[in-house]
Parts: sequence; structure tokens; C-alpha cells
Amino acid sequence: MGKRVMLMQGNEACVEGAIAAGMRFYAGYPITPSTEIAELSAEKLPKVGGKFIQMEDEIASMGAVIGASLAGLKAMTATSGPGFSLKQENIGFACLTEVPCVIVNVQRGGPSTGLPTLPAQGDVMQARWGTHGDHPIIVISPSSVREVFDMTIKAFNLSEKYRVPCILLMDEVVAHMREKVELPEELNIEIINRKKPKASLPDYKPYKDYDGDGIPPMAAFGDGTPFHVTGLIHDETGFPSTDPKVTENLLNRLMNKIYNNLDDIIEYETVDTADANTVIVTFGSTARSVLRAVKLLRQEGFKVGMLRLKTIWPFPHKAINELTQTATKNLIVAEMNYGQLIETVKASADGVFKVYGLNKYNGELITPQEVIDKVREVAVNA
Amino acid sequence: MATLKELAQVKERFVGGHRLCAGCGHGISVRMVLNALGNDEHVVVGCATGCLEVASTIYPYTAWNCSFIHNAFENAAATLSGVEAAYRSLKKQGKLKEDIKFVAFGGDGGTYDIGLQSLSGAMERGHNLVYVCLDNGAYMNTGIQRSSATPIGADTTTSPAGKVVPGKQQPRKDLAAVIAAHNIPYVAQTSISSWQDVHAKAKKAFEVDGPAFINILSPCPRGWRYNTPDVVELSKLAVETRFWPLFEVENGKWKLNKKPKKYVPIEEFLKPQGRFRHLFAPGNEHIIQRIQEEVDQRWLALLERCGEKPELPPR
Repeated sequence: MGKRVMLMQGNEACVEGAIAAGMRFYAGYPITPSTEIAELSAEKLPKVGGKFIQMEDEIASMGAVIGASLAGLKAMTATSGPGFSLKQENIGFACLTEVPCVIVNVQRGGPSTGLPTLPAQGDVMQARWGTHGDHPIIVISPSSVREVFDMTIKAFNLSEKYRVPCILLMDEVVAHMREKVELPEELNIEIINRKKPKASLPDYKPYKDYDGDGIPPMAAFGDGTPFHVTGLIHDETGFPSTDPKVTENLLNRLMNKIYNNLDDIIEYETVDTADANTVIVTFGSTARSVLRAVKLLRQEGFKVGMLRLKTIWPFPHKAINELTQTATKNLIVAEMNYGQLIETVKASADGVFKVYGLNKYNGELITPQEVIDKVREVAVNA
Repeated sequence: MATLKELAQVKERFVGGHRLCAGCGHGISVRMVLNALGNDEHVVVGCATGCLEVASTIYPYTAWNCSFIHNAFENAAATLSGVEAAYRSLKKQGKLKEDIKFVAFGGDGGTYDIGLQSLSGAMERGHNLVYVCLDNGAYMNTGIQRSSATPIGADTTTSPAGKVVPGKQQPRKDLAAVIAAHNIPYVAQTSISSWQDVHAKAKKAFEVDGPAFINILSPCPRGWRYNTPDVVELSKLAVETRFWPLFEVENGKWKLNKKPKKYVPIEEFLKPQGRFRHLFAPGNEHIIQRIQEEVDQRWLALLERCGEKPELPPR
């Protein structure tokens, strides 16, 4: 297959990326502004031998995705704020039972029904801590249509590799924006599949760390290896346990399989940070306005740069730490919410930088001019 | 039974100026139901997320001339359960004197699917409220996705008709029967093609002591793809082809309200609708036949439930 250049919507790129990554199961429920993902999956999945099911609600959608993944298919669902809230119990189940799955959350204004057709980045903390209890999770956030394609693949790859739910945190602008994109040739796309147990294992234990990397090999229902899955705390056989040592070991392994591999998981982009006095920390569609503002401010001689987080959780503390090696004095956290990521940035900066917030939560994008105004304001105050 | 002249003078609780589409069945249904209330009666309306809520409440306007609460997609019945239970408590404490009626409106998505649990709970607990489902057979508000009320063969964005799969494959959920199985005082299915039928059923629903459920077929010009002035005509065809029979269940007793005089084939209902156009392409005759068999089978089962002789109308 040659070059594939096309005009594409973010939601469409998500489905293309998912199918390229090997998604063969989608269960979902219509919700603005994510609905095109369900519609296109309904149209495209049967053509590649996959299965689309529209479920009766968001809770059921997440349940079906977990079931399909346990049966061996790469599975995804897509939603927005209210649906994301409903899915949370099942997302926690997938974390504990280590079932790979991709959840797309196209963020819209909240809380509650909120602003169904307008953008927001208000689910940053819900994506991390929406389900109860200590748990690991991976959250990544694209800024362009091409990046939606790439990051959907990455979401599947990380989810399969680490047996953890991966959340693709989009927003209404990235989802509905149309851009010219050139898709990579299929041969050049890296695909990671979950580790399967060696056929020779006579006594397969579904949650035993055979390889010492904290990631147990995963059989599929129907492989001929029966195994037990439960949302209760379990030992390596998969059966429930209330033993304190078993509990502690399980939670440590769940966390360590992610936190021991931060370099593999975390991605971020820096623009003009080397000599910057002020760095704007941002993600998603807001990064597009920030990039424009950085360009214009540089023309005026402002020493300003951008740190764009592609991985939101686990939080890229390394990226903030790297800035301590530069001339950076101020950080501005630009996000379409009342101030969520800024708290983690502050904790990460630990007093080394002055941290300012640029927040907008009225259903409108942060404009380049607003970024410019904020940088000037910070410059005056400093 | 009120005359049309009398109905025209009833206080309107759902007024004009809303933004429902031309040729939509929702506005007609809601007015017909609410007009069954007396001029002096108080009513609280609950509304699930959907076209009705979106189109009738756009800031700074509202089409609701009464108390109105929109909660989420799945919990209109639960929210109204709380309102009604609090009302009963206040009344018992002597803090409220007036009688108040409670009515919830939901689409088929919010009723057959995501809101079914909430509706079932409200019916079983016996709250004195009326739940009205405006069934247009798909999720129209989000852009025409299939629901469990979508008929076999219909083309929707998540059951797209193509070369291999000719639209939705599964038959409709029989919601009226599901709700009737809760053994509540009143369940009815009605159609805006007969204002007398809607009026009489809404009146009964408001008058019974305990939960009542009404299912109204509400054609959607965007999802069904018909000529907008034909909304009532299409509702009539739904009844005549027995796709949407008119019946009621009072305290467990099923009663048929209209028996078509002759056998009208289902094509008459399907043909004016773009969502079924592919069924009339050569090679798809068997799907129409399947729909017809389904309609006939359900009709015979309904007659049996109603204690009538199970026979098809004369051809």
C-alpha cells in the first residue's frame, strides 16, 4: 500500500488507528462528541472480521469490552464525560484484573450533562482517579488528527504490553477537527500484542509473575486453559484472598509494572525550552494555541517555550525535572478547566519554579492571544 | 371524553416556540398527554436527556409552562421517584396541601435501554407517577443510532444497511409487556393518529393511584426520513398495519382498543420511510416478509392476551 493522504476528522483517525492496532471489538453507547467513533466502528469492523456491539448503556459497554478482551480480542470503547463517569467501576475492575482495553474519552464541558457540544479538558483528574482504590492507569492525550491515529495505536500497544486499561484523553476540538493527514504504511506500524502463556505450562497461574517483569502472561477464554477472574483481591491463581501479604504484593506488582517502566511509557514534546525563561505546560488541543503564541512571542524577543505532555498519567515528572537544568523560572499551566493538572505540576516543581495557571472553562478554546497576554502578565510580575 | 373544542381551551403546559423539527411527533404527543390534566391541576415534569429536553429548553427560552427537571439520560424515573416520595412525605406532615401530578418523558433510548433499570424500580416501588415513552425507534438526538426499539431492517448509523447486512437484525423489545409484568395499575400503548385514544389513556394514567406507563409512537422525520407533513398519516399507518397496535392493561387486564377492519400489509408503513428504502431493492423481499411475519405473530399473541379470537384481519 502506498501513501495514504486524506482529509480526516479526529474521531475517524481514532477508528483508523484502532483497526490498524488490531482492534477487532468495539462496544459502545452513543454520546456527543464521541459518537462518530461508534458509527465508524459499526461500519468498518465487520469488514475486517471484527465485531461491533451497541450496548444498552455505558456500564454495559465497558463490561462487554472487558469480556471481549478476556476472550482474546483487542477491544475499545469511546465516550464522553457522563459516560466516562458511568464506566468507572468497570475501569477499576479492568485495572485489578489486568485486562487490556482502550477507553477513549472525548472531553466535553461538565460537570453532569454540561456542554455536550463544546470542548473542555475537565476530566484530567477523573481519568487518573475516577475509579476507587489505588490503581495504575495510563492516560495519553493527542493534539492533532495524525496524533490521534498514532496515539490510538500507542494506547493499544501500552495496554497490551502492560495489561492495564489505557485512556485516550481527547477533547471535542481534536475529535471534530478535520486535517490533512498522511497515514503511515501499515508495514511500518509497530504493533504489540499481549504476552501469552507458553503452551507448555502444565499448571498455568493467570496472575503469576513468570518472567519477573510484573506482567503475567495472559491466556484467553477458549484457549483450552481455564482460569479464574474476579474483582476481589486475588493471589496468583486468580482466586480471592484476604491475606495481607497477598494483598500488598498484588498492589505493589500492579503499581510497579507501570512505575518501573516510566521511560518506556512517557512521551512529551518540548519547543524552545532550552533558553526559555517561561515555559507553558499544556496538552491536547490547547497546545495548538500555545504553539502559535510561542512563535509570535519569540518574534517579539520573549524567551518562552512549551512543554507539551503527550502522556498525562503517569505524570512525566522527568519533564519538569529537566527544566531545572535550563534557565526556566516560570511555568504557566494552560488547560481548559478550573485548574487540575496545575496541582500536580506544582508538586512536581516543588518550589523550584513559580507556577501560574491559565484556565478557561466556558466552552471556548484558550486562544493564542490569551496565552500571549498571560506570558506578558507573568513577565511583568516577575 | 372532552370534545376537541374543549381541549382547545385547556391551559397549555407545553407551549410553542420550541425547536423540535418540523414533522416531529414529540410536541404533538406531549401536548396531547398534558392536555388531559384539568386547568387547576398542578404538575411536575421530569425529562430524560434527549431531543425533547434539548429542543424545548434552550436558554433563555423554555416551552414548559410548569415545573420541569432534566437530570441525566438514565434517571428520569428515579429523579421523579424522589420528588414524588418527598411530596407524599410533605403532604403527610401537613406542609403541602395541594394535589400534584408527576409525569416523566423519555425517548426510547432513555426508556428501553439506559433508563430501563430506573423505570423498573419506580414502577415496582409504586410511586404515583406517569411515565411516558416517546418512541421514535432510535437515538435521534445523537444522530440516529439504533436502540432496542429500532425495528428489524431499519438503517441507522450503528446498524447501517449495506451489501451484506441489511440494517438492524434484531426485533424490537416489547416494552409495554415488560412494564405490564410489573403488575402496575395502568399500562397503555397509543398513537397520535387518534387524539381520542391518547387523551383517554393519559386521563386514566393520571387518575390511577400508583404508577402508570404510556408508550407513544413518535415519528422522527430525520431518522425515519419521510415527508414532514405526513407525521400523523404515518402514525395512522403504523396502527393500521398493526406495527403499533393500540391497547391498554388495566390492573392486569389486557384490552385491545382498535381492530383494523382489513389486512394492510406492512409495506404500506415501510414504503414512505427512507430508513427502509433498501428493503425494496431486489433480493431483499425476504426481510420484508420477516417483518410481516413478526408483526402478524405479535398481533396474534396480543389478541390472545386480550382474550380475543387470535385471527388476522380479513384480506
